Amino acid sequence: MKHLLRYLKGYEKEAVIGPLFKLLEACFELAVPLIMAHVIDTGIRSADTGYILAMGGVLVLLGALGLACSVTAQYFAAKAAFGFGQALRGDLFRHVMRLNWAQQDRVGASTLITRLTSDVDQTQAGLNLALRLFLRSPFIVAGALAASLWIDWRLGLVFLAATPVMALVIFGILRLTTPLYRAAQKLLDRLSLLTRENLAGVRVIRAFSRQSEETARFDAAADELRALQLRVGRIAALHNPLTCVLVNLAILVLLRQGAFAVDAGRISQGDLVALVNYMNQILLALVALATLLVSFSKGLASAGRVCEVLAEAPAFESPAEAPAPVSGAARVAFENVSFGYEGGEKELEQISFSALPGQTVGIIGGTGAGKSTLVNLIPRFYEASEGRVLVDGVDVRALPFARLRGRIGLVPQKARLFAGTVASNLRMRCPDAPDEALWAALETAQAADFVRALPQGLNSPVAQNGRNFSGGQRQRLCIARALVGSPDILILDDSASALDYATEAQLRRALAKDTSGRTTFLVSQRAASIRHADTILVLDDGRVIAAGTHDQLVHSCAVYRDICRSQHIEEGL
Amino acid sequence: MNRKQTLHRLLRLLAPAWPVLAASLVFAAAGVGLSLYSPVLIGRVIDCIVAPGRVDYAAVRPLLFQLALVAALTAAAQWLMALCNNRLTYRTVRQLRCTAFARIQQLPLSQIDRRSRGELLSRITSDVDQMADGLLLGFSQLFSGVATILGTLGFMLATNAAITAVVVLLTPLSFFVASFIARRTFAYFQQQAAARGRLTGLADELAGGEKEVQAFCGEARAAARFDEANAALRSAAQKATFYSSLTNPCTRFVNGLVYAGVGIVGAFVALNGALTVGELSRFLSYANQYTKPFNEISGVITELQNALASAGRVFELIELEAETPDGPVQLPAPDGHVELDDVSFSYLPERPLIRHFTLDVQPGRRVAIVGPTGCGKTTLINLLMRFYDPTDGEIRVDGHPLPSLTRRSLRAGYGMVLQDTWLRSGTIRDNIAYADPSATDEEIVAAAKAAHAHSFIRRLPNGYDTVIGEEGGSLSAGQKQLLCIARVMLRLPPMLILDEATSSIDTRTEAHIQDAFAGMMAGRTSFVVAHRLSTIQSADVILMMENGQVIEQGTHEQLLAKNGAYARLYRSQFAPAE
Repeated sequence: MKHLLRYLKGYEKEAVIGPLFKLLEACFELAVPLIMAHVIDTGIRSADTGYILAMGGVLVLLGALGLACSVTAQYFAAKAAFGFGQALRGDLFRHVMRLNWAQQDRVGASTLITRLTSDVDQTQAGLNLALRLFLRSPFIVAGALAASLWIDWRLGLVFLAATPVMALVIFGILRLTTPLYRAAQKLLDRLSLLTRENLAGVRVIRAFSRQSEETARFDAAADELRALQLRVGRIAALHNPLTCVLVNLAILVLLRQGAFAVDAGRISQGDLVALVNYMNQILLALVALATLLVSFSKGLASAGRVCEVLAEAPAFESPAEAPAPVSGAARVAFENVSFGYEGGEKELEQISFSALPGQTVGIIGGTGAGKSTLVNLIPRFYEASEGRVLVDGVDVRALPFARLRGRIGLVPQKARLFAGTVASNLRMRCPDAPDEALWAALETAQAADFVRALPQGLNSPVAQNGRNFSGGQRQRLCIARALVGSPDILILDDSASALDYATEAQLRRALAKDTSGRTTFLVSQRAASIRHADTILVLDDGRVIAAGTHDQLVHSCAVYRDICRSQHIEEGL
Repeated sequence: MNRKQTLHRLLRLLAPAWPVLAASLVFAAAGVGLSLYSPVLIGRVIDCIVAPGRVDYAAVRPLLFQLALVAALTAAAQWLMALCNNRLTYRTVRQLRCTAFARIQQLPLSQIDRRSRGELLSRITSDVDQMADGLLLGFSQLFSGVATILGTLGFMLATNAAITAVVVLLTPLSFFVASFIARRTFAYFQQQAAARGRLTGLADELAGGEKEVQAFCGEARAAARFDEANAALRSAAQKATFYSSLTNPCTRFVNGLVYAGVGIVGAFVALNGALTVGELSRFLSYANQYTKPFNEISGVITELQNALASAGRVFELIELEAETPDGPVQLPAPDGHVELDDVSFSYLPERPLIRHFTLDVQPGRRVAIVGPTGCGKTTLINLLMRFYDPTDGEIRVDGHPLPSLTRRSLRAGYGMVLQDTWLRSGTIRDNIAYADPSATDEEIVAAAKAAHAHSFIRRLPNGYDTVIGEEGGSLSAGQKQLLCIARVMLRLPPMLILDEATSSIDTRTEAHIQDAFAGMMAGRTSFVVAHRLSTIQSADVILMMENGQVIEQGTHEQLLAKNGAYARLYRSQFAPAE
């Protein structure tokens, strides 16, 4: 967690000035009991009203100075803490954007969102608190200690003995509660997961009449949380009583020893009052610390969660320089490629094929056969566990992400658009593509008609996730988005499923018309969609069991024949 | 819900815990009383220690003993009060949370569909948390704060009225300062909330769509958008925090004034001999203690207002009207005779959707529903399952009108697979056994095999014990659908509703599953929404829907012969394209 402190870079000055002014303020506060002691010993004893009034003036002045220092401290502390938060959040976001797809699948978007938002908030609030107040309490304790030693070193020993014991109590409690607060945060996550899940599955839950079981499950988690909170509460609640007992014990010893000291003439009565006041200041400082500790523990727990994400190292990085393409090499080639998630069985085994510029590769196979995984290896969203994936003869691992992915147009299974306009979505990859290029892509994607019919055309708003478009429209916009910028490699991952047969056929014809050396990968469950491909790969259980054209496969591959039959494609059989 | 009603509800919620509440109050009063008594004792001790030779050791000893006793009792009272408050708060919060969750299970679906999930979610999670924080702080600080103010006031008045007047007159200043700052900073807090909302929305969009961002090399632009929102939040949050944090130093300054005032006035009073030095020291410590709660109360009040606002939102959810109660009749294993009698329905009164729809489905018949998106297919399913009640007309199963039946027995009669696959976080086994957690391993495997899910499950790292994450984690859409089918296969009920149940499954597997369904569908009434020809062709009745109306009804051949909407749809969708 220490390395989080590097986000304070650039705010070192503020991070030092803030606490410093806070300490200055504490000094003024520490001077108050001493002045009162003088009022008692000098002012009252010798009935010097002028002195009393002067000292009163000094007290007010000290208060005003304290106020000024404190405001300065708050300002710099806030500046440092929020600067820190901004830097941390920005970096965390960049880090999240570098996670590969396998990591995203494992971690899940919702927890990443919480960590980007509320966990960073908690962390910076903790830091702000620490900068403003955390040093203040120990400083007051130390200052009171010093002042007591100065008044009378033998009585100061009482302070010297009491303070470490109190520090021990505080740190003991902090040690015990921090892991518990973290556990509580986890349970809260679980409650939120259960709720979210229930809202999403409300129909299924009711269809199976499982409401009472769901409620019991939630109640169990809520009970667990309550038990844990009570346990933390019991420990945290010890703080105030323990310090109260310790301080009063110290005052007791102080009064008893003070009696001898006053009797022996070593200190005055006013000094004794001052010593008692200092002890009380220590008590108050420690009580304030207790309240802070709770917030601070929460901040620490959140910081830990942020660190967890930062520790999630991207499994692979983008290389800096790109080797030159090998002339005459295939556009895309797989050499004995296998892939499996960590700990799981292989999803793809020993895949080899190559595709030339201008060729279309169809990929067909059963649910879970590994079709999507195969095409997602090309832009290196996943990385082959064995073998090599080559683009223009160069291993994709040697290509910078931007170089590699900049040439690939991908239409994912789930059509997702971003909030903005139609144009801003289409320009995702090429921010300066001209309108004509957008229209050309829309024409090919069979989306030009409905976009033209929109009142604002290309500038029509798109809601988050494209909710204001139908499934089929979203899919066509996603296809157009992939086409903008004329990619060398186009990947359509089962991306015409929401289109009716007629539209899909038109799309296929338009794509065929406008190839210009583009290599296209078509993943589909419909034999009709891929039958015109130059090569068809038939995938079964992660293996390519046959490759060839439609006509070849119909004769040589029983599985392919089955697929065609089940879809009433009798032609050529 | 206004603040008064919320407060009322909150008090009602707390009412059953009144013994704990009373104990907390007693301990708070005791703790404060005792802690105020120790300065009295200390003052007396100091008055016994005046100067060399003027120390009364005999009087000091019993006073010190009393002081030790008082300190021990104070600590005990403080600890017990904290325990009571913890118990009170967490019990209340747990109860509220569970009530709210249980309420969601009882709400009519119309209430849930109408609201955004995030909004309902935040009521159960962050609003309840917000309330917990506020309540705990409120209980622990408000009680002891008020007790401290009253206690110190009493003790001070008993000692000296003039100095007390100084304290009482000066202290409210801090109150004014605090509320002045709070009013001024409110606008900054609003800006902060808005900026935070924007950032959260952006994080949601960009982290949720991260795969697309990476696919289009949009990382740099995404980061730029994020940075902009991040910077806006920082500036708003910094201002809000800085200005609101001015409260503390300002009120402390007022405290300093009070302290100085007491010191000076006290010194003059002492000069006149009306006050001993010990009493003055006691006064100074009272002045300190008296002003502290004022600072804290201003903070507590903001926190409490926040808590009240959150509590109001939770209560609002709890008080939403539940579904109409169940009917008394337990539907025994139904034959599957489903009748819709002149049914009308609309989500919004001004936009009628289904109008005067009548249909009689004999047991064991297969009904296919076709039509363009938004034509009312899903609405029909909502009505059959009684997720919604028709606005007019009646639906009967085996002659029982739906409102006369218990929902549980009605829904147990249907097996439902929806296009929108829902799996819960947990193991594959838990998900398949969702309908019946007591199912044996053999039954679970048999269901998975029937759904053709067995082979992919076996290949997962831990087979049937593989834990799948939120929303199915890394499973493909087709695999999720297979699991949903296995879930229904485990306990196949007499009636089936399949809403695009196999849309993401490859056609060969689909054919196998259809066979499995067909074997089980013998004698089962089924409603099938599908876009695949094979499924539709073999139906006994095809309902062609458009704009919530059934515009055509008949077998495949009849409808083709009619050459109407269905025939047009058939030609556009299924005719060989090239």
